[in-house]
Amino acid sequence: MRRGAWEGLPVRGKFAAIGAGVLVASALAFSAVQAEPVDETLSIDGVEMTTRAKAQEGLPFDEVLSGWLFREAETRQLEADSFENPGMLYVERGEEIWNTVEGPAGQSCASCHGDAAESMAGIAAHYPKWDADSQRPINIELRIDKCRVEHMGLEPYKFDSDDQKALTTYIKHQSLGEPVNLDLAEGDMQSWWERGKERYYLRTGQLNFACASCHEANSGLYIRADHLSQGQANGFPTYRLKQADMVSLHNRLRGCIRDTRAETPAAFSDELMALEVYLTWRGTGLSVETPAVRQ
Amino acid sequence: MATPRPRVKVPKTAAAGEVITIKTLISHDMESGQRKDSEGNTIPRKIINKFTCDFNGQTVFSCDIDPAISANPYFEFNAKVAESGTFKFTWVDDDGSVYEAEEKIEVK
Amino acid sequence: MKINRRQALGLSAGAAVFAAAGFRAAPAVADAAATEVAIKEFTGGIIPAEAGKLTLKTPEIAENGNTVPVSVSVESAMSGDDMVESIAILAEGNPNPGVVVFSFTPMSGAAAATTRMRLAKTQNVIAIAKMADGTFYMDKKEVKVTIGGCGG
Repeated sequence: MRRGAWEGLPVRGKFAAIGAGVLVASALAFSAVQAEPVDETLSIDGVEMTTRAKAQEGLPFDEVLSGWLFREAETRQLEADSFENPGMLYVERGEEIWNTVEGPAGQSCASCHGDAAESMAGIAAHYPKWDADSQRPINIELRIDKCRVEHMGLEPYKFDSDDQKALTTYIKHQSLGEPVNLDLAEGDMQSWWERGKERYYLRTGQLNFACASCHEANSGLYIRADHLSQGQANGFPTYRLKQADMVSLHNRLRGCIRDTRAETPAAFSDELMALEVYLTWRGTGLSVETPAVRQ
Repeated sequence: MATPRPRVKVPKTAAAGEVITIKTLISHDMESGQRKDSEGNTIPRKIINKFTCDFNGQTVFSCDIDPAISANPYFEFNAKVAESGTFKFTWVDDDGSVYEAEEKIEVK
Repeated sequence: MKINRRQALGLSAGAAVFAAAGFRAAPAVADAAATEVAIKEFTGGIIPAEAGKLTLKTPEIAENGNTVPVSVSVESAMSGDDMVESIAILAEGNPNPGVVVFSFTPMSGAAAATTRMRLAKTQNVIAIAKMADGTFYMDKKEVKVTIGGCGG
């Protein structure tokens, strides 16, 4: 995984790390400065995105807001221009993977699914979906792995491998602008939603934070210099300036949980799949923005 | 990503003498040579150190690049086109690799 | 590079911790003096006056120092003596001051360019334009580089 080019440097040894920990902990006070999300429209190549949608019943606010509205002008601009958006490099790489034969079965994604612009249009807006075979919800990454294993004779992708991120980004990008909408009536989705909701409000870690501590109770405030969004899932995988790389949803969830100084659950574990179901549902109505650009 | 991927955006057509805007992007880690790995060893520098844009064999714009340019380097600049022809874009890597792209423009 | 949690926590606190813990700041950070040397290298010994002909555009606050957009432009006919040969961008607070040197030709049509740069901390960014007639212009902007709450 790529990191900021100069960030890996200064910290060496326990001393620095402990010092850092203290500083981080003491700095994790929410600033009382409230900044409104911007009142602007996001159009990508002339297609208007829905960045504000009526909140689902039960959520403690009227509107759900895309994280795009919380970013500075320069970051917003990067997403609005599909050429300037570095995430589009991964879309192009994903297209290449889609059309490349791989594995003993001699198949590419395109062998079965043809042109992704048609076959995948709008599909990712309805993920995670119930998977009857595994009796759990699966996201796009797991859906790709299922194809690789069952039809292509391949191993699942290594979590966060470049190819996994590129292909996921490419497939989700085929739903650009489509409103997020999950079918909770499928299989056992409702109970996974319940479980995800519990996890969302569960305080964990040495900092005793739940997802809701930052992204619900303090959304719109600042944590150090970060303008806290509602933590929506609609733009993932997202190009994050900090890593200068694509960041998957489960990578970010693990990062968030780690920052609360809690044990980090494994990617695609039951815990994070449940959270993905609930989190995605919270953003119902927002456009898929993959690849979004965030700080 | 393993293999650097160039992307360029050039208008398809222009009027004679028009000043057009060109945008370029290439996937590259731009390893600065300033980072250390978990064992404390310096990760060697590996960046794109030179970018050039030619039109019909003549240089339009070039830049000499330091490690302070972000990963996936982006360059936006202008070109004055008098005739139809081909833009050629060249990125030179520290390891000697050269990445190229071409784009045609029709001057009406 | 694989980064563990301890390192990651450290990263988010950045340079402050480093200083506090008494480690020598490595890599050495370029300072105003090193930047002055770099400017003089580009100009052949002159520190140009900050005049209005060159415009350096940067965000006042960068959301992340790893990707900071920067644009430069000079009003110029791009011919004869009124021709911009090159524009250098320097960053005072980076390990080395050099960022990029853009070189123009009459075929450039305009002396303008945009890129994205890394800034290690809050610092001055400097642009210097070299004209064909041997004169120079300079512009300087401070960019505040924020430290986010999310070590990510």
